[in-house]
Amino acid sequence: MQPTDVRNPNYYHKVVDCQWACPAHTNVPEYIRLIAQGRYTDAYMLNRESNVFPSILGRTCDRPCEPACRRGRLDGKPVAICRLKRVAADLRGEIKDRLPKIPAKKNGKRVACIGGGPASLTVANDLMPLGYEVVMFEKYDKPGGLMRTNIPAFRLPSEVLYDEIGQILDMGVDIRYNSPIESMKALLAEGFDAIFVGTGAPRGKELDLPGRHDTNRIHIGIDWLESIAFGHTDSIGEKVLIIGVGNTAMDCCRSSCRLGGNSIKVMARRPRGFFKASPWELEDAEEEGVEIIVNHAPKRFVIENGKLTGMEFERLEWDAKAKNSKTIDTIFFPADDVILAIGQENSFPWIERDIGIEFDKWDMPVVDEKTMQCTRDGIFFGGDAAWGPKNIIWAAEHGHQAAISIHNYCNGTPVTERLPQGANLISTKMGISEWSYHNDYNPAQRQKMRHVDLTRRFKQMNIEVELGFDIEQTAREVQRCLNCDIETDFTAARCIECDACIDVCPVQCLTIARNGEEDDLRKRLSAPAINLTQDLYVSSLLPQTGRIMAKDEDVCVHCGLCAERCPTAAWDMQKFELLIPYAGRPVNTESCVPV
Amino acid sequence: MPSIAKPIATHPSLQRNELGLTIRDYEGAMSTLCAGCGHDSITAALVRALWEISVQPHMIAKLSGIGCSSKTPTYFVNGAHGFNSAHGRMPPIATGANAANRELIYIGISGDGDSLSIGLGHMCHAIRRNVKLVYVIENNGVYGLTKGQFSASADIGTKSKKGEKNRMAPIDPVMLGLSLGATFIARSFSGDKDQLVPILKAAIAHRGFALLDVISPCVTFNDHDGSTKSYLYTRQHELKAIEADFVPPASEILAHIGKNGAVSVTMHDGSAILFKGVPANYDPTDREKVIAYLEEHQGKGEVVTGLLYVDESVPDMHEMNHSPDVPLIRVPYQKLCPGSAVLDKLQEDFR
Ligand SMILES: Cc1cc2nc3c(=O)[nH]c(=O)nc-3n(C[C@H](O)[C@H](O)[C@H](O)COP(=O)(O)OP(=O)(O)OC[C@H]3O[C@@H](n4cnc5c(N)ncnc54)[C@H](O)[C@@H]3O)c2cc1C
Ligand SMILES: Cc1ncc(C[n+]2csc(CCOP(=O)(O)OP(=O)(O)O)c2C)c(N)n1
Ligand code: SF4
Ligand code: SF4
Ligand code: SF4
Ligand SMILES: [Mg+2]
Repeated sequence: MQPTDVRNPNYYHKVVDCQWACPAHTNVPEYIRLIAQGRYTDAYMLNRESNVFPSILGRTCDRPCEPACRRGRLDGKPVAICRLKRVAADLRGEIKDRLPKIPAKKNGKRVACIGGGPASLTVANDLMPLGYEVVMFEKYDKPGGLMRTNIPAFRLPSEVLYDEIGQILDMGVDIRYNSPIESMKALLAEGFDAIFVGTGAPRGKELDLPGRHDTNRIHIGIDWLESIAFGHTDSIGEKVLIIGVGNTAMDCCRSSCRLGGNSIKVMARRPRGFFKASPWELEDAEEEGVEIIVNHAPKRFVIENGKLTGMEFERLEWDAKAKNSKTIDTIFFPADDVILAIGQENSFPWIERDIGIEFDKWDMPVVDEKTMQCTRDGIFFGGDAAWGPKNIIWAAEHGHQAAISIHNYCNGTPVTERLPQGANLISTKMGISEWSYHNDYNPAQRQKMRHVDLTRRFKQMNIEVELGFDIEQTAREVQRCLNCDIETDFTAARCIECDACIDVCPVQCLTIARNGEEDDLRKRLSAPAINLTQDLYVSSLLPQTGRIMAKDEDVCVHCGLCAERCPTAAWDMQKFELLIPYAGRPVNTESCVPV
Repeated sequence: MPSIAKPIATHPSLQRNELGLTIRDYEGAMSTLCAGCGHDSITAALVRALWEISVQPHMIAKLSGIGCSSKTPTYFVNGAHGFNSAHGRMPPIATGANAANRELIYIGISGDGDSLSIGLGHMCHAIRRNVKLVYVIENNGVYGLTKGQFSASADIGTKSKKGEKNRMAPIDPVMLGLSLGATFIARSFSGDKDQLVPILKAAIAHRGFALLDVISPCVTFNDHDGSTKSYLYTRQHELKAIEADFVPPASEILAHIGKNGAVSVTMHDGSAILFKGVPANYDPTDREKVIAYLEEHQGKGEVVTGLLYVDESVPDMHEMNHSPDVPLIRVPYQKLCPGSAVLDKLQEDFR
């Protein structure tokens, strides 16, 4: 193998599994250390930098970081990254002074953001400090997008939501409520310097089976949740069937529990393990008494005398990979209401098709993955509007990238000119056996979230179920983080091949061996490197024998013992800091290691 | 040195031996030797060898004298018995322990100072008695613990850290062992576990005294230019003369025999040592040939390593003394020490 180039920020970035997996590349280990030190406000601000909505996300994030977390590969349970984010948000102090300053003198550029969801809000968050005038058009009378209309209040209290939205709107965003954009052409005529489309994926998918339109007791999930948020719906029948088993279905069934339902069934076509809902949402729903019925495909709605009585399903038998199924029989489930939660679609009836915005065969706008620009210059898409339903953290990341493009565009720089990331590496060595981070491995188990008890939480729609971690839980959970950003940095020229590092490593990461091709090398290490998603570090040739030092990054616990036991400091524990560029704030590549 | 603990975290695909134990179960306390000390690599080789042959930890006795090297027993197999004797006195203590309980596996760890200076006489007699004992000399050419004075294994001309040269002739434990009739002699290098681990396994299987001279650089006092016991010097001058594999009793020996006519020596316990890469005219069971080979190559400044000599035909201390198969500790006290009346009677017989 070629020697690994650790000057490329991607190498060490990838070792920080959580940060790499986070669409916005939140610096997780650093904020966890800040929490450990009781520096909640600092932890909050660090989060805000990349993910903009730490309080909201600390409750609702899809958390792609957690399945990626290295800790999960060691003791089966990832660090409760998301919960810790909420701790920072709950315990933070005043931040007014620390929010970006908004220049009194504007830069003369006007940007329109369509929609008031997280994607548009992020664009405003990034552009307002640069002196832009941002006009935000929102269809409804309140901001927040699906975060407000669809995420139920028992998961996301409205104070939390409005607090973080307020941080952005208070920068001086010109938000215009009750202002649906009905024609892109008309908007273009208003002469904005750039337009951002953050209108989401607002249409729930239909299920056109016999009987669908013969009753008013069949609801489209996202519309139904919205009508609860608006106060238009405050009850439901006792027997409720939810069709689909994604995250929307979870919110629908749990909302039903609070509106009068007492026999609530989520009907899944496929077996467990093939559901779209996050495992923790399934767990929460089942805790509330919701039944999940697998292998049932909807066949028809049963209407008797104009009244919905239930639904017929085909019972399916699947093959091992749940690819092919065969029908066993048909079965009836009684129901007072049926809620359809089988997905969302985009719809852009308000974008004329003759203004240079190309749509593909699925009637989706053609959007460039890096620049977020559509086929008409100066119009950018992000969030669910760009490539269909995703989540809040992706909406934020799209917003950041779109803001960079808009800033380029308004300054006459090609939008394709992306700002490079950078990285800093700083030794954490403080003395003998002393490091500037906590290098002990703490065997604590993942802390369990405490919940409001079942009877109390059903009394009202807006009682937040999760209580958050208390101080003891927080203290334990922060110590589970392995500090994956404290990188094992190797200098081959110093190594005398004494084997001390190899012998001391508790998890057999290190090997000195003859070099070879990756496949071959992976088999010859102290422990075979079977996790192919994790990189092998390979040094240049060692001075004494011409062999190489190899490190399997897979389960390194960043304990620093290799560096501790190295007589020549060939290993050092160095703190890696990914420098992320934002609109108008490029990384100073001269003072760091550029890509 | 501040104490640091090794995380209890383990690799998810950590293997288990026949006893269901992981290699981590054969570890000891965290070493407090200097980072990079060769002794710690020997410790790691011992941990691996003992794990691989699935020894029950409580069936091991670890003994040592004084020196950095003699701290090694603390650093492997927490669950074993241990004894840290006075300087140079490990061989008689091990002899006594073995006399009392022949069932344990005895692992004696010593240094070049411990064995070749103050303890030289004791070591020689343990060799003569053919005590069943794995005797590891962690040889760094200096007294590490007392800050790097030349030891009796320092070569003529080798330089101390301050630059002065050693003028006295070294004692070579391998040659000494050969002249004393040692029955198992090997030399290895702490930086070469591929060689050291099988040698350790063979030594444990050996019928009597197994002498292992392991070059083990002292990073702090003897790893500089001009030293003949540094990592670099050893690597540059090592001649891996003999390649040997250890084959445990249950394995099919034939399957392991290589192409170029490997020699195999069957050990007392039914296991075998396969000599693979053996030079022409070399026979690891022929003392004269071994001596001639070593003299030729060591004369050229080469550090010859490998399992150099084995003789499985010599009885060990217990066999020589016709002691009972049952370990003496399990012989009832009355029988071991029948009292003054019996002694009087015995003495009467000699009158
Ligand atoms: C039930 C449900 C639960 C969810 N739970 C989570 C969760 O727990 N965690 C998570 O990360 N994600 C969750 N999501 C997804 C997440 O809410 C969305 O991915 C995210 O809100 C998308 O943000 P956005 O800014 O792209 O669009 P949206 O949030 O959809 O915002 C779009 C905004 O644009 C407005 N708008 C639309 N058309 C026009 C127009 N023509 N003119 C003016 N305004 C317009 C809308 O009124 C809306 O306010 C959930 C989604 C649903 C449906
Ligand atoms: C009776 C006695 N004499 C002298 C000493 C001082 N002393 C301690 S260790 C040592 C030499 C150790 O050298 P070696 O056996 O080579 O061990 P190393 O530290 O090099 O591993 C000496 C002379 C002692 N502890 N006891
Ligand atoms: S920090 Fe070093 S010793 Fe610790 S697990 Fe990682 S490679 Fe092994
Ligand atoms: S401890 Fe240091 S000198 Fe020794 S092998 Fe490891 S990196 Fe090389
Ligand atoms: S002084 Fe030498 S022998 Fe002793 S621990 Fe340090 S390196 Fe090892
Ligand atoms: Mg010594």
